[in-house]
Amino acid sequence: MEQGFFLVFAAAAVITALIMVLTHNPVHSALALMACFLQISAIFVLLAAPLLAVIQIFVYVGAIMVLFVFVIMMIDVREAVLQRFVPGGSLPALVLLVLLGVEMLALVIMSDRFSVAAPATSRTAGNIRELGTTLFADYLLPFEVASVILLVALVGAIVLARKEAD
Amino acid sequence: MVPLSWYVVLGVLLFVIGAAGVLLRRNILVVLMSLELLLNSVNINFIAFGAFHDDFRGRIFAIFVIAITAAEVAIALGILVALVRNKATLKVDEVTMLKG
Repeated sequence: MEQGFFLVFAAAAVITALIMVLTHNPVHSALALMACFLQISAIFVLLAAPLLAVIQIFVYVGAIMVLFVFVIMMIDVREAVLQRFVPGGSLPALVLLVLLGVEMLALVIMSDRFSVAAPATSRTAGNIRELGTTLFADYLLPFEVASVILLVALVGAIVLARKEAD
Repeated sequence: MVPLSWYVVLGVLLFVIGAAGVLLRRNILVVLMSLELLLNSVNINFIAFGAFHDDFRGRIFAIFVIAITAAEVAIALGILVALVRNKATLKVDEVTMLKG
């Protein structure tokens, strides 16, 4: 049952990711990527991480993709639609990609470290209280650094996108 | 029960597709979206390993990755808007203004 759900979500995620890369229109790419993120959040639910699934939908589908769609609306994409998909001289990139994929798949398949059995009674499954305690106690400094980074990104994005006054 | 290697293989597939988008596409918007896909495939690995080893540090790292991704997208799209205002192109190869 769980394996069937996983296969459905994984197949949908891979297909939508392929559509995202292969389609010519950036709007279609954005919509396909949105669908892909929804599948990935379903996979997070299968991994007993419902908090991460909700964060995934809020942040990626709710915020980041809306930002992308806004920018696509601001920019004239008609010129980009007409361009050639794969430019000449991309053979090295293709070879590199195939090598990367084969290497990673070979590592995954030939390694015996991925045969970990899931813990019978998951101690931390769905325990958001414990997650929050760890996040705000052991990882307080990284958390604060991340919030400063977000603040800097906020100010930087406003400064970058502002029209020059002079 | 879904074995751990399935999740890792899914992460590999999404990573390769995202890398293909970064390397082969010439549209800056699609390159940025492919970067999102790359980071998300790594998140799948973080959470899968965390769940299978009964350790929620994987989830904490995934939360940090999501936060940094949000910052990265905001900055990247800000740069993109400023770039299109100065030079009306969306192709990666034509952005050579820093070349002397």
